[in-house]
Amino acid sequence: MTTLTPILSATWDDPRSWTLETYERAGGYAALKKALGMSKEDLVQLTKDSGLRGRGGAGFPTGMKWGFLPPPDGGPRYLVVNADESEPGTCKDIPLMMANPQVLIEGVAITSFAIGCDHAFIYLRGEVVHVYRRLLRAVEEAYAAGHLGKDIHGSGFNLDVTVHAGAGAYICGEETALLDSLEGRRGQPRLKPPFPAVAGLYARPTVVNNVESIASVPSIVSGGADWFGGMGTEKSKGYGIFSLSGHVTRPGQYEAPLGITLRELLDMAGGIRNGHELKFWTPGGSSTPLFTQEHLDVPLDFESVGAAGSMLGTRALQIFDETTCVVRAVDRWTDFYKHESCGKCTPCREGTWWLKQIMGRLEHGQGTEEDLDKLLDICDNVLGRAFCALGDGATSPITSSIKYFRDEYVAHLTQGGCPFDRDAATVFATNQKVNA
Amino acid sequence: MENYGEQTASGYFRVAQESKEPYAPEVEAQFQADAEQIIARYPQKRSALLPMLHLVQSVDGYVTGRGIALCAELLELTEAEVSGVATFYTQYKRHPNGDYTVGVCTNTLCAVMGGDKIWDTVSERLGIGHDETTEDGKITLERVECNAACDFAPVVMANWEFFDNQTPESTLQMVEDLRAGKDVRPTRGPDKVATFKETSRVLAGFLDGHADEGVGAGPASLEGLKLAKERGWTAPAMGGTSDVQPEGSGAPAGAGAGQPGEEHSSTDTPANAPGEKPGTDASDSTQQPATPGEKGN
Ligand SMILES: Cc1cc2nc3c(=O)[nH]c(=O)nc-3n(C[C@H](O)[C@H](O)[C@H](O)COP(=O)(O)O)c2cc1C
Ligand code: SF4
Repeated sequence: MTTLTPILSATWDDPRSWTLETYERAGGYAALKKALGMSKEDLVQLTKDSGLRGRGGAGFPTGMKWGFLPPPDGGPRYLVVNADESEPGTCKDIPLMMANPQVLIEGVAITSFAIGCDHAFIYLRGEVVHVYRRLLRAVEEAYAAGHLGKDIHGSGFNLDVTVHAGAGAYICGEETALLDSLEGRRGQPRLKPPFPAVAGLYARPTVVNNVESIASVPSIVSGGADWFGGMGTEKSKGYGIFSLSGHVTRPGQYEAPLGITLRELLDMAGGIRNGHELKFWTPGGSSTPLFTQEHLDVPLDFESVGAAGSMLGTRALQIFDETTCVVRAVDRWTDFYKHESCGKCTPCREGTWWLKQIMGRLEHGQGTEEDLDKLLDICDNVLGRAFCALGDGATSPITSSIKYFRDEYVAHLTQGGCPFDRDAATVFATNQKVNA
Repeated sequence: MENYGEQTASGYFRVAQESKEPYAPEVEAQFQADAEQIIARYPQKRSALLPMLHLVQSVDGYVTGRGIALCAELLELTEAEVSGVATFYTQYKRHPNGDYTVGVCTNTLCAVMGGDKIWDTVSERLGIGHDETTEDGKITLERVECNAACDFAPVVMANWEFFDNQTPESTLQMVEDLRAGKDVRPTRGPDKVATFKETSRVLAGFLDGHADEGVGAGPASLEGLKLAKERGWTAPAMGGTSDVQPEGSGAPAGAGAGQPGEEHSSTDTPANAPGEKPGTDASDSTQQPATPGEKGN
């Protein structure tokens, strides 16, 4: 049986969990002091050895990414933390930064030291103002305690940290769009290569990492590579935050080793809400193909989820029971992609618009059966042809829902509308039942 | 069908004539002083543009023509360049915003859990649609995308503070209270919701003294931790390889009670081989092109 492993979330229930005082009381910043006594090469090697893979969706090995930076040339190199968290269903970084911003700041300091960066940035989505307050305050406190600034703990290492608020655009989570946005431009993806490691922020060598990736670094420095690798599976090592939402009894954040299954997590979360059963779910956000009941025992690690036809993504487990219309769900996600398409490339800009038109009429019972083939045809023309992964992601819910629930699409046509009662799916419906 | 309100051509930036009236000298001086502080945060000054547009909204309540002109002047950009950026991001408003932006999450998960019902109820009561403002200038209503609080669905944001686990009634009450000028307390946030202009100033990077208010985590965020404590589950103990305190870095001192996954020794990976290229790592090859993550890194 897999059990939970609270590490990043271990102090979230402290009454003032976000303060430096709480963090240091729990041993915070010991890892930074240790790291400052190590060589940069050893820190990069340690991170490689740990097997840590990016927690922002793609699972790229973090230490290896750091290792891609070209040798120092005397000019600046940057760390940019991706705190844009906007993938539908993803809700781990925001509570982490609200409850424990210091673990991120400590990770930023260690990583910056390891890659030779003296100015790091945290790009936070703009729609979470209290998290911005917490981060700004955490940076203030860290400066005052000498964890940031000049000659940190007498090591000669200098680091400034700027926390930057975005202004509402999902695409700014894509790392090169994020860099353009941070440079004060429209957030549109850049052609790769050159990769950010070579030409990133201000065309300088840059590491872009997810919040949770960087927040995991202090624990790796403290615990060691073997400790970290003792959790998880062979190729997906360590722990991660699993976010359960939707029709579960106790939605929330569950920090566990990679490779845990939804069946185990659901068991911990009290199961599907009373009197209902699982219908479909996303393993890693709306851009990852849907799963159904048959995938309850798929280990939630990068390899196993991939082999089962989806992606681990951000471990954003959105759970829907049998009261939910899959066509309605996918229609709304498609609306999202249409809205958030940055417009740079034709397949995605035009494709998402057409997909929304067709999904909308299907949900309202005004489509035809040919529309299903049309949807698949458009998806085929977007997938792999879009400039960035947003376009690809837009096709995932559509193709996977048609694969598993074609009959339900057809039922909308034969009945001339959506056969589901929207009220039955709401959380108020549950409450009424409980109260009655 | 959903009431989306009056749909305007979204790429088109209309600035009203009066929004081009010059700033009063003391307002402009203050703006310049604030802008200098913002610019000083970045190695290159164009990076200051997004926070400066938030600053414009903190002064004018939306992105005005004069705000665009001033940003352009201070950052040595053209007004077209500044407008091009302002129109890209949804938080920048093209017409005077209400004192409070009330954003109902209508992305799939919240919508299904009741967000659609909340939207219908509030939209009907206020008689306005998406991105429209009540006649008293108090409330601007929006349909918002996923705000990273799905475990608290249905979620409503008021000036980008969290109102978790909403019902049509609770949101109506919140909106009525805001209109009546009462203090309104978010579920996870400061003691009271600030005005749109005040919030915009925070988003420009100026702390308002409310960071220490509110909870660290809401109930849903704590479900996993609570269960782990009940059952005595912890992360494996940090030992052997580490010479710092086992509690180092905020990680708990585990008793090794957990049996998470299988045990694996670390691989002895050398420094990146010369041939290694971003995105070509074999361990990443299971990734399909359709990933919210990456096509290479
Ligand atoms: C449309 C789109 C949105 C993304 N949003 C995020 C995000 O909000 N946060 C994030 O960390 N990564 C996001 N990513 C992935 C980033 O491009 C990048 O892979 C990641 O930040 C790298 O960090 P990691 O290696 O630590 O995971 C997104 C990618 C795409 C294509
Ligand atoms: S795929 Fe979509 S979001 Fe990505 S560059 Fe093309 S238009 Fe922009």
